[in-house]
Amino acid sequence: MKQPLWERIATHAVLLVASAIALFPLIWVVSASFKNQFDVLSTEIEIIPSEPTLENYEALFNPASATGGYFWNWFGNSVFIAVMTTILSVFLAATAGYALSRYRFRGKRPTTSFFLVSQMFPAVILLVPLFQLLGIQLRLLNTPWALILAYATTAVPFCVLMLRSYFDTLPIELEEAARIDGLGPLGTFWKIVVPLSTPGIAVTAFYAFITAWNEFLFALVFLTQPESFTLPIGVRLFVNQFTQNWGGTMALSVIVTIPVMLFFYVAQRYLISGLSTGGVKG
Amino acid sequence: MRDRMWVAYAFMLPVFVVMAVIVLYPLALSIWSSFTDLSRANQATVFRPGSEQFIGLDNYATILTSEEFRGRLGWTTIWTAVNVFFHFTIGMGLALLLNQKFRGRTAYRLVLMLPWAVPAFVSAVAWRYIFNGEYGALNLMLASFGIDGPNWLSDQFWAYVAPIVVNVWLGVPFMMVALLGGMQSIPQELYEAARVDGATRRQTFWNVTVPQLRSVSVAIILLGIIWTFNLFVVIFLTTGGGPGGRTDILVTESFNLFQAGQLAQAATYSVVILSILLIFVAVYQRAFRTEDVAR
Repeated sequence: MKQPLWERIATHAVLLVASAIALFPLIWVVSASFKNQFDVLSTEIEIIPSEPTLENYEALFNPASATGGYFWNWFGNSVFIAVMTTILSVFLAATAGYALSRYRFRGKRPTTSFFLVSQMFPAVILLVPLFQLLGIQLRLLNTPWALILAYATTAVPFCVLMLRSYFDTLPIELEEAARIDGLGPLGTFWKIVVPLSTPGIAVTAFYAFITAWNEFLFALVFLTQPESFTLPIGVRLFVNQFTQNWGGTMALSVIVTIPVMLFFYVAQRYLISGLSTGGVKG
Repeated sequence: MRDRMWVAYAFMLPVFVVMAVIVLYPLALSIWSSFTDLSRANQATVFRPGSEQFIGLDNYATILTSEEFRGRLGWTTIWTAVNVFFHFTIGMGLALLLNQKFRGRTAYRLVLMLPWAVPAFVSAVAWRYIFNGEYGALNLMLASFGIDGPNWLSDQFWAYVAPIVVNVWLGVPFMMVALLGGMQSIPQELYEAARVDGATRRQTFWNVTVPQLRSVSVAIILLGIIWTFNLFVVIFLTTGGGPGGRTDILVTESFNLFQAGQLAQAATYSVVILSILLIFVAVYQRAFRTEDVAR
């Protein structure tokens, strides 16, 4: 059944407008990151800068610049925190997700509910006590460890739910066969289930990584010295009530966004099914 | 198998231990401190023990009876409802368009997903730049049509609209991709049967597509509501709660209280937020489950 011409034109028109709206802020960010400090405040719309410059990017590395040139510190902190959060969360969550998917045990329903409820926590509910415990009593302010533990509070439950819903999709027959062949429960999990679940584990791990990579609120509170910042908090140094260094902000934003974007294009399909089945289904 | 129960506990043990230490214990502390007068001035530090006092339900009484809280709850509700409404309807519209066969639809889908792939704090900062009253791109565009744009982030009215625009932009792709996935898993036979029966396209949409998308819609709307209700970065990084703290939602206000050192009130706000969400989710799930049974 061939669509009438006007309908095809209308479809493209709507999608083109929507695409322009989706794209414009991003193009504008990239454009501003290459503008000098005058053009970035210009009152003319210039998508392609008339005098393109790399000064905003160079300033990120320059110790003499207003932000101290801490880029590699921020980058290293971000990577370390996100990697450690991911490893910790996925390791903890894997066996738990498996138990919730395959075993019946007393307390299973309240456990599942607890993981679901933890997705509804407003961040501040744990911020108040964690700041007291980690920041003041354990003196972990300005260290990556405070953030790794803080991020695990949301990443672990999330990974448990994601992995449970992934394990639910695996056929149980292989595991039964392995058990009959004499493999114990842990051996079955480790040698049969984990290798079969690589795609699910990879997406869960990436998601945990990205969530930690993008996190803003806890980092804002736990990190006060510029050399201990993560990339998202670095952005705060550029735009606050005192300065409005938009070029620098945008340059840093571009750098932070690139790895996230790469991941999304690889993982988008798995992510949706994982989120909507794992996140809500009781 | 006889071993099953304790094997399950063994598998759960690491998570139980870690969650108990980093989630349950802090959660209990947080709830406890909402019954005290804990503040930065009297909390325990390495130099002195805490001297906060138990004051019962005073924090709850103060907050729940205050005019300010009710105003903020109202705005948070509007914020959530308007956002999720537009996320869902725009997402549905775009998914319907993308669910047709035509050249270029993969390219459109990739472009339309972009806002989801960008870290929320980057988008918020980018929009703050666009919304700037003097040199922001939005007002420059309006000016080229001869319209004098407002100061989006500090105007009495537009400061409410601007963060909603940002968050609608942010949240549409998730709904769009989820609904598109749902549409693509509807069995083609249903559409053929509808065509054989002579259904119009409108009838097909309401009687085939919509009912088939029901379970995915129920799930993503609930997720959307939870996420939006608790969304911190967008308000914090666009209006920053301004003008005069008016556009702060409950979550950003609880963060402001924390920053101001009013720890007990911050905890109380958080407990109230969590309670509201829990009640809402319970009602929501009951409403949609019972309807399932009725069908």
